[in-house]
Amino acid sequence: MTAPSTLPEGRAEPLPLHGQAIADLRYIRRTMERAGAFTAISGWGLVATGITALGAAFMAARQPTTEAWLGIWLAEAVLALIVSLWASDRKARAARIPLLNGPGRMFVFAFTVPMVVGALLTVAFLGGPLAGRLAAIWLLLYGAGIATAGAFSVRIVPTMGIVFMLLGAAALFSPMGWGNAYLAAAFGGLHIVFGLMIARQHGG
Amino acid sequence: MKNRSHSAEPREVRVSYPALGTRSLDRLIHERVRLGIASALAVNESLSFNDLKSLLKTSDGNLSVHARKLEEAQYISCTKSFAGRMPKSEYRLTPAGRKALERYLDHMEALIRATRER
Repeated sequence: MTAPSTLPEGRAEPLPLHGQAIADLRYIRRTMERAGAFTAISGWGLVATGITALGAAFMAARQPTTEAWLGIWLAEAVLALIVSLWASDRKARAARIPLLNGPGRMFVFAFTVPMVVGALLTVAFLGGPLAGRLAAIWLLLYGAGIATAGAFSVRIVPTMGIVFMLLGAAALFSPMGWGNAYLAAAFGGLHIVFGLMIARQHGG
Repeated sequence: MKNRSHSAEPREVRVSYPALGTRSLDRLIHERVRLGIASALAVNESLSFNDLKSLLKTSDGNLSVHARKLEEAQYISCTKSFAGRMPKSEYRLTPAGRKALERYLDHMEALIRATRER
């Protein structure tokens, strides 16, 4: 048995009774929210979406029209969303926390905003001369969403967002025909690499 | 509610809660670092010693003392392994620990309600 700790207990003056109880509850909540960042995102879910994205890139490259190409990537986006929600839900259940706890809600909000912008720009640019830049726009906005939403998560998440944005920036100034290859490298490659790192370091 | 009597540590209760009676307060989980360990583990399947240390911003010695107390009470469990040549401790909250934290939360909430109603 160890000797009782003689370290100072942090607060010099005890607060009034209910103030102390409120402070305790706040401390518990804050600790849970900060600790929740350890498990916010499922690494294995990212790996799975990376694999489906590689399949989508392969199929999309063989489509005759921009519309058909877009259709493949839209289907992939829906599939990736379902897979990652399912994987995050499983991870949250294993840890017995609600998926949409404090940081979870902030993540969803911060991520959704640039996705809405992306959807609007896709509709506006489709069929026009800028349709070939859609891949770059998606990568930039997806990266921005992950980077800002990831500010509430473990550091590797915003880092992944920044790398997506860097690839998006490169795609913006590359020949338009390279768009699909950039999407394969980012949504496929980056998701698999970062997914494995998150799965290894942050519990699944 | 059961009172876990650890004779060595009554001094760790800084504040008494007369509204509830100090006897009903789980002293084991009341201490800040231990409350932090239990809260962090409540939302994670398991956390390593280093995860907890950086999360709670505490020292090695302080954390291990408090983790051991929770372990002795069987509120948390610890599995030790090796990552390469470095020893690694993984902590988990036990069902008893989860219940203790829930009881503690209930107490705090009851206390706040009681003072509001007065």
